Amino acid sequence: MEKQTEIGYNSKVEGDVIVTRLDAALNWFRSNLDAGANWGRKNSLWPMPMGLACCAIELMAAGASRFDISRFGAEVMRFSPRQSDVMIVSGTVTYKMALAVKRIYEQMPEPKWVIAMGACASTGGMYRSYAVLQGVDRILPVNVYVAGCPPRPEALLDALIKLQNLVAKEPAMATLKKVA
Amino acid sequence: MTALETAQQLRAKFDGLISEPSEFRGEITLRVSDAERMPDICRVAKTELGFDYLVDITSLDNYGDDPRFTIVYHLYGYGHLCHLRLKTDVSEEKGELPTVTGVWRTADWHEREIYDMMGVRFRGHPDLRRILMWEGYPYFPLRKDFPLAGKPSDVPEVAFTNPAPLEGGPFVTIAGGKDTVAREPRVRIPETD
Repeated sequence: MEKQTEIGYNSKVEGDVIVTRLDAALNWFRSNLDAGANWGRKNSLWPMPMGLACCAIELMAAGASRFDISRFGAEVMRFSPRQSDVMIVSGTVTYKMALAVKRIYEQMPEPKWVIAMGACASTGGMYRSYAVLQGVDRILPVNVYVAGCPPRPEALLDALIKLQNLVAKEPAMATLKKVA
Repeated sequence: MTALETAQQLRAKFDGLISEPSEFRGEITLRVSDAERMPDICRVAKTELGFDYLVDITSLDNYGDDPRFTIVYHLYGYGHLCHLRLKTDVSEEKGELPTVTGVWRTADWHEREIYDMMGVRFRGHPDLRRILMWEGYPYFPLRKDFPLAGKPSDVPEVAFTNPAPLEGGPFVTIAGGKDTVAREPRVRIPETD
């Protein structure tokens, strides 16, 4: 039997759709809104892969099947900053690229986090040079630093877990009010 | 045809302008005394001697000497498979020489890189802009008197730079020391070497 629901699905095409309402879900979270929102956020951190040098190869390895970043809910690499939660700065940030990185960070919607992956992104690394920004924390607020040149994918996954623990403790609802 | 023969032929066509070929580890180098004649020499090398491929143009900063800059052209021919190197000097006061983009179009980006890094201008170049650094960056960072750490600069909305902390560096090795402590000093002060 064909049914047209209020959200516009045609059941003949889509199959029967179970409509859950957001406010019903929020009721479920009512007793502990922060924990609920943070649980959702920390298990679906969508990365903005800011791949600037060889660390990006390890980032790709972290996304591939052997290490599989999707075990931690962060497999949705978005090359559009508007859809991202966490910027993974993986590689050498040159001064020529610095303001572009900053601009992309600013285009990401709140709440947002930054992982500085590798020695270069954290401190400039071996490039004590006229051309290289000495750590991306000079222009962005970094949440987690990953040591290594380049770090192994496990190290990035460890940073992701650390970031998840960080996100779990955030006062999510208070931040929402502040933004609104 | 060997590289030495092509070098001799090129030298014969520009008598007095090109030095005796010097050979080092099988590579032939010619010095050109007048940088203004480089396009003529290069055109003959390409059209008559078969050097159809410009491998690279590089530059040296002989800081403290006059003439200060040396421009080095690396030539290759796919017909005879020979390499040839041409060197010419440019003084700091003059700081320019004619372009060879009319001979090999690939010279375009090589010359832009030399202009960007060393500040030597190429007269007649179709598009002499910086290629690695951004427009408005005020220094030429590969010159010997430019510090490794860099200098502060700011082009609003484009890029900024700050000097890098060297923490006692740069850590440059010194040849001939009797042990690694002497060969690789933690701190090296150029004045005392």
